[in-house]
Amino acid sequence: MRTRTKVWWWVGGLLIFAYCLFPVAWIVSLSLKAPSDLDNGSFLPSAVSWQNYQLVLTGDASGLFLPALRNSVGICLIATAISVVLAALCAYAVARLDFPGKALVLGLALGVSMFPVISIVTPLFNIWRTIGLFDTWPGLIIPYLSITLPLSIWTLSAFFREIPWEMEQAAQVDGATTAQAFRKVIVPLAGPGVATTAIIAFFLAWNDFVYGISLTSTERARPVPAALAFFTGASQFEEPTGAISAAAVIVTVPVVVLVLLFQRQIVAGLTQGAVKG
Amino acid sequence: MAAITLSHVVKEYGDGYPAVNDVSLDIDDGEFVILVGPSGCGKSTLLRMVVGLEDITDGEITIDGDVVNDKAPRDRKLAMVFQNYALYPHLSVFENIAFPLRLDKGKYSEDEVRARVEKAADTLELREHLDRKPANLSGGQRQRVAMGRAIVRDARAFLFDEPLSNLDAKLRGQMRTEISRMQRRLGTTTLYVTHDQTEAMTLGDRVAVLKKGVLQQVASPRALYEQPVNLFVAGFIGSPPMNFLPGEVDGDVLRLPLTEVPLTDDLRARIGDRDLVIVGLRPEHLEDASTLDDDTRGTGVTFEADVDVIEWLGAELYAYVPFETHASVEKTLEELDRDLDGEGMRTQLVAALGSEARVRDGDTAELWFDPARLLVFDPETGENLTYDGESARRSDEESVEERRRTTERAHRRAEAARDPAA
Repeated sequence: MRTRTKVWWWVGGLLIFAYCLFPVAWIVSLSLKAPSDLDNGSFLPSAVSWQNYQLVLTGDASGLFLPALRNSVGICLIATAISVVLAALCAYAVARLDFPGKALVLGLALGVSMFPVISIVTPLFNIWRTIGLFDTWPGLIIPYLSITLPLSIWTLSAFFREIPWEMEQAAQVDGATTAQAFRKVIVPLAGPGVATTAIIAFFLAWNDFVYGISLTSTERARPVPAALAFFTGASQFEEPTGAISAAAVIVTVPVVVLVLLFQRQIVAGLTQGAVKG
Repeated sequence: MAAITLSHVVKEYGDGYPAVNDVSLDIDDGEFVILVGPSGCGKSTLLRMVVGLEDITDGEITIDGDVVNDKAPRDRKLAMVFQNYALYPHLSVFENIAFPLRLDKGKYSEDEVRARVEKAADTLELREHLDRKPANLSGGQRQRVAMGRAIVRDARAFLFDEPLSNLDAKLRGQMRTEISRMQRRLGTTTLYVTHDQTEAMTLGDRVAVLKKGVLQQVASPRALYEQPVNLFVAGFIGSPPMNFLPGEVDGDVLRLPLTEVPLTDDLRARIGDRDLVIVGLRPEHLEDASTLDDDTRGTGVTFEADVDVIEWLGAELYAYVPFETHASVEKTLEELDRDLDGEGMRTQLVAALGSEARVRDGDTAELWFDPARLLVFDPETGENLTYDGESARRSDEESVEERRRTTERAHRRAEAARDPAA
């Protein structure tokens, strides 16, 4: 490539880079500004202050934040685990067998994931309140399954389809039952696929806001995205902006790190099956 | 070790299409039977029905006297080598071969497993690769690991599903002889599926030719070569394939596009009142007349041929002679070409001449053949009118005798190798 074209590519790349990361950078910088510093009119803090982080983690806002963090981690992990197990069973059947209703199952899964969450939240709120699931962990895990299952099924069935059927057939001829063939041959080979699906499902559940804010009322079950919204009303500080930014950074940074570490697997998982081979 | 019997086996798919149509086949204990045919003829389906990976629509499959129609693959005690090897990529070669032994928990102690795997590895010369993963092996080595996995258990029969089709030509030749040696030494009943007629001819004790799910002929390779029962078998066996020419009956002669052949009484009787037949002549039965002495020339028919293209291969020379075929047999021959997976664009005669032949592109050559070598087929049914059942039966018997002798010799060698002092 000629140098001039290269330069333009670099410039364009940097522009897009800046545009995408600018809000994130802003939040980081906000979180490092002392409360009095927030109006200083410049991008960078005049002096780096860890006050916001202290507030959020050990100070007055921690009563709101730490339980929310615990809820989020717990609920999302459980939802991911259940989702991956169920999706694995379904995806295995979808990838290997041809049964009546297969198209219906896949179509339903796709339809459920497309459905606007906001439209079912109100009726769900009513139902949950009636049967006592409101503001509980299961009360959130169940709707989260509806978010994570469809994508997990699609991703995992693409992974399973990549494993040639001859593997299980060879195992069966060698003397294995179907269960043994699944356990000894398919599970080790599908490991990376399951891990990738779990990561994707976890992110989907972690980022949810609508269910989190509508189906909870106390720190018993409120997840972090919802708790962040409550900083505005529940706190009595001059400008909770700093606290919110600090909380947002704490919540986002691990996710970003995970994605960076597993980016190759995640991209492979999302594009798996798109092209044969 | 077991005898396998297929009795009127039918496999029909959902839309009613019979992939396997009433196939009956008897495989003796220790016999090496090949299922051969063009793609789509049902040979792989038949094999998978024997091993239990496909359901049987109708008919019976018996292994060693037990009807196995409803038994799962694991209960049939067979070993199979797949076309793409189906090795377990997450296990080492040792673990791959040990896999079937480990499934039966408690049946084999760790030492026994090790002994068996090492013995199989020695048979196939895989000793130094035992700790490697399949991804790091070459095609031939992977093939041998797949075979090792099959021979390590005491299976009743071996089933091969086109095991050599993923290898290059040279490796294929080498692996063919390895498979042959292995089968002779172990003496296990073997059912082998291939679309390559070279493998069929060289490996099999008996060969079953299939076309569109229907069994055409089951016989020793020699009987198939010399006495094919119909057009399809004649065109399938032999490389280069048999030449088919239209023959018009005209009084005492049979008129072919390039020459005439006098009709013997026997031939006339077999042809009956047909006035058009298809005549088959193998390329290797044509010779360059100029290389023959006068006595030999006199025993056959000589004719002039316009040679269009020649291919010189060192040991042989192929001469291609285009000719005009008869309109009424053109359709039959084209259909036959398609059935044999061919895509011929013109009718041409192929002559496989020896390397001393002095024929060049564009030459008019003098070719010779012995009319006794001609095969005559009915143009409608494709039936071989010159089929000699007696001769076929004799070839089969000879083949059985030869197999017995080779197996004995292989056993004696194995004994000697085990116990050099004896």
